[in-house]
Amino acid sequence: MSQPVLKIRDLSVSYQTEAGPLQALRDVTFAVPAGKIIGIVGESGCGKSTLISTIIRLIAPNARIGKGSILFKGDDLLRMTSAEMRALRGDEISMVFQDPMTSLNPVRPIGRQMADVQHRDALSRREKNARSESMLGRVGIPDPAAQLTRYPHQLSGGMRQRVAIAMALMAEPSLLIADEPTTALDATLEVQIIHRLQELQRDFGCSILFISHHLGVIAELCDEVVVMYAGEVVESGPMRDVFLEPRHPYTRKLLECDPARIAEPTRDLPVIEGSLPNLVQLPDGCIFRERCPKTIERCGLQRPRLAGDGHQASCHLLDTAE
Amino acid sequence: MSATAGTVYRIFAGLKKDPLGMAGFVLVSLIVFLAVFAAWLAPYDPLEVDVYNRLASPSFAHWLGTDQLGRDILSRVLYGGQVALRVSLLAISISMAVGLVLGMLAGFGPRWLDRVLVVAFDTVRSFPTIMFALAVVALTGPSLNTVIGVIIVTSIPVYARVVRTQTLALRERDFILAERAMGASTFRILRHHVLPNIIAPLFILASMDVPAVVGMEAGLSFLGLGVSPPTPSWGSILNDGYSYLRNSPWPIIAGGLPLIAVTLGFTFFGESLRDIFDPRLRRKDQ
Amino acid sequence: MLAFIIRRGLLSLLILFLAVSLLFGMIHIAPGDPASVMLGPRATPELKAEFARRMGLDQPLVMQLGTFYARLAHGDLGVDPFSERKVSEIVFEQLPFTLILVLTAIGGASLVGIPLGCFSAIRRNSLLDRLTAVMSVAFIAIPSFVVALYLLLWLAVSLRWFPAIGAGETGNYADQARHLVLPAVALGLGWVGYIARLVRSSMLEVMEENHIRTARAFGLPERTIIVHYALRIALLPTVTILGMGIGSMLSGALFAEIVFSRPGIGKLLYEAVLTRNYPIVMGAVLVTTGFFVFSTLVSDVVNAMLDPRLRERPGE
Repeated sequence: MSQPVLKIRDLSVSYQTEAGPLQALRDVTFAVPAGKIIGIVGESGCGKSTLISTIIRLIAPNARIGKGSILFKGDDLLRMTSAEMRALRGDEISMVFQDPMTSLNPVRPIGRQMADVQHRDALSRREKNARSESMLGRVGIPDPAAQLTRYPHQLSGGMRQRVAIAMALMAEPSLLIADEPTTALDATLEVQIIHRLQELQRDFGCSILFISHHLGVIAELCDEVVVMYAGEVVESGPMRDVFLEPRHPYTRKLLECDPARIAEPTRDLPVIEGSLPNLVQLPDGCIFRERCPKTIERCGLQRPRLAGDGHQASCHLLDTAE
Repeated sequence: MSATAGTVYRIFAGLKKDPLGMAGFVLVSLIVFLAVFAAWLAPYDPLEVDVYNRLASPSFAHWLGTDQLGRDILSRVLYGGQVALRVSLLAISISMAVGLVLGMLAGFGPRWLDRVLVVAFDTVRSFPTIMFALAVVALTGPSLNTVIGVIIVTSIPVYARVVRTQTLALRERDFILAERAMGASTFRILRHHVLPNIIAPLFILASMDVPAVVGMEAGLSFLGLGVSPPTPSWGSILNDGYSYLRNSPWPIIAGGLPLIAVTLGFTFFGESLRDIFDPRLRRKDQ
Repeated sequence: MLAFIIRRGLLSLLILFLAVSLLFGMIHIAPGDPASVMLGPRATPELKAEFARRMGLDQPLVMQLGTFYARLAHGDLGVDPFSERKVSEIVFEQLPFTLILVLTAIGGASLVGIPLGCFSAIRRNSLLDRLTAVMSVAFIAIPSFVVALYLLLWLAVSLRWFPAIGAGETGNYADQARHLVLPAVALGLGWVGYIARLVRSSMLEVMEENHIRTARAFGLPERTIIVHYALRIALLPTVTILGMGIGSMLSGALFAEIVFSRPGIGKLLYEAVLTRNYPIVMGAVLVTTGFFVFSTLVSDVVNAMLDPRLRERPGE
């Protein structure tokens, strides 16, 4: 097996708040293998956004990285100088953000923004424009030459997101991080973008870290999936395994709540009872205990660790079952 | 009563945390004190001419020197404060009251009235203030009342606009809609709900407006179009001094300082008040 | 976009029309008839009547206003009763002096204020930032004629670094520039901190926007991010304020012109007021008010043009 592009180990991040440190990420461990698409799934507030802003080191000023490492091709991103880090951004690691309306500069034509992204290449404006044009064509934008002079607000939501993807692929990165890129789009567009991403991933051979709270999208697109809950990885493994044989109660609940999986018509969509625990004052034991349908005594005493080979989950029930 | 005490407490608690605002408050208090008690504090009669002692530099007898007629500048500055305060008190209270009524009318009245009033406000604001003042003075002749009148006319739109915006914002709020649904009269709503909500921003605006009003009076008096000659005003002290600029700098220095003090005092105090009563405005900056 | 300009322009015209009519009405309703005021107390009744007839003062107010607008449409502002010269000629002779003063002042203030604000936003709470904060609040409110007097006293009379009076020799640009320095500083000083503050707060707002994060995520040089991504947008609200600033600076310019004995529309108006020369007063106020309304209009339109988002969805 080849070395993973991204390897995160025991990553813990907290935010300084008036009430005390809010522990947004705790002991997060997973890897993104070369040429694979990894999905991260979880409710809002599970730490997805903190995770990606930590990876690209564009983190809020009140955030503290407690421990852990983020190895990108063997180098620890957390130990890099800000200049080294900036050299990676938009070159080796690219990002596509959630809301294409606000994540593109509203007063700069698309062509200028795409040329800006190629700031490291010693090319003339004309050459840069030609590259931008061909890239826009590859992400499926009709009449790419005409789009270069247009502004973001003149494009539809789907087109804007394609532009954002084209910008991210411009430097042919090794790792593309996509933060809920389809959430703001309607379902048909979402499917189109997903398929396009799959094609592009095959063409470019990059790895994709795809963040979503939508299980269907993850199932459609990803090779492997990481399930996060309240700042911890609760389950991870190959797509099929996790979806067909979920091991963690939270994953099971998530699958039950996915509208696409509900067989019988019902008026009330199922929801997971309860709410996220307070991350400033963490409860003892398992983080999911308060919302878990089948707790045992050990859950209140000891924090479960990720266990298993390939398909991992952190739940005490797995120990007892064996 | 206790509401007033609470407000006062809130202001002082806020000022304690804001040294610049506190300095402003002290400065404002000092200026008001000096102006109010000018008759007791002034060492000389501000109109007393002393031809043998013209354009004197500062000395123990005349702390700020004397002007071209030998009048004591310190005494004139102190009495000048009275003019400045009288003008600002009168002009601001009247324009605030009229602005309040017009602003609420525009905000709560029918839509056509709102349009007409807004165009009227814009029309008055479209004159550069001092040009407008000069035109009026040209017609009616220089006098303090003309100055006050001009300031009132040009300030009304400022207050009315703020009141209008606030009223419009309040108008759609749930508690006002509920009151209306229960059949409360417009007057009652304005009196009991709108007024208490806009009075604080209005007073803050007034505090910030004092320097502009004082500056206007001083400016017109400097041009010789404000107070009539022997009356001391900071502007007329500057006007007298301007003609003798090359002989003695003291009238200019002494006439300008209180204007700067008033400006700094009221602006810092007003800023501080705004932060205390409307923290939203500050939040972004911190 | 065109609809926006037209609507905005019509509103400006309406306001200008109302303002001028108001002024016209005031002049003619004011106590004391203009003829006797202008000719002085010793004028004979025949002379006054002749003067009134010549100036059209014997006609009803509405008629006078009509005649006034009819003439105005041809660019005719009437005749100065003293010099018998055309008012428009006199006014437009003085206007350039004021314009260059105001533009220099606002240009200089922007040149210092914009980088200052930009720096304050990036180095928040630095000493310079705090200093700008205090300065902006303090200086904008100090009457510009006090600043002018102090500058005159200090740099012209006492240190003799700059000339005290006049606009400089005609044709001698270096001399004219030297004469421009003090009045422009007096006029623009207050705006430096104000502009800086404005730029700072809108920079801080823009720096929080998502597209700045995108630019960072692409590793764009910080310089590009600040200048092309943040400042470009942060300047939009500033442009509007600058437009209004030019207008309100006209008031300040009047004082600067008087303190530094500089020709200009303010000085013209002041002298006309002292001599009760109504046609000149009317002409000067009309032109400055027009200029004020026009500069506000232009700043709105320029703002709309700078912001591609407004170009297509104008208005509300």
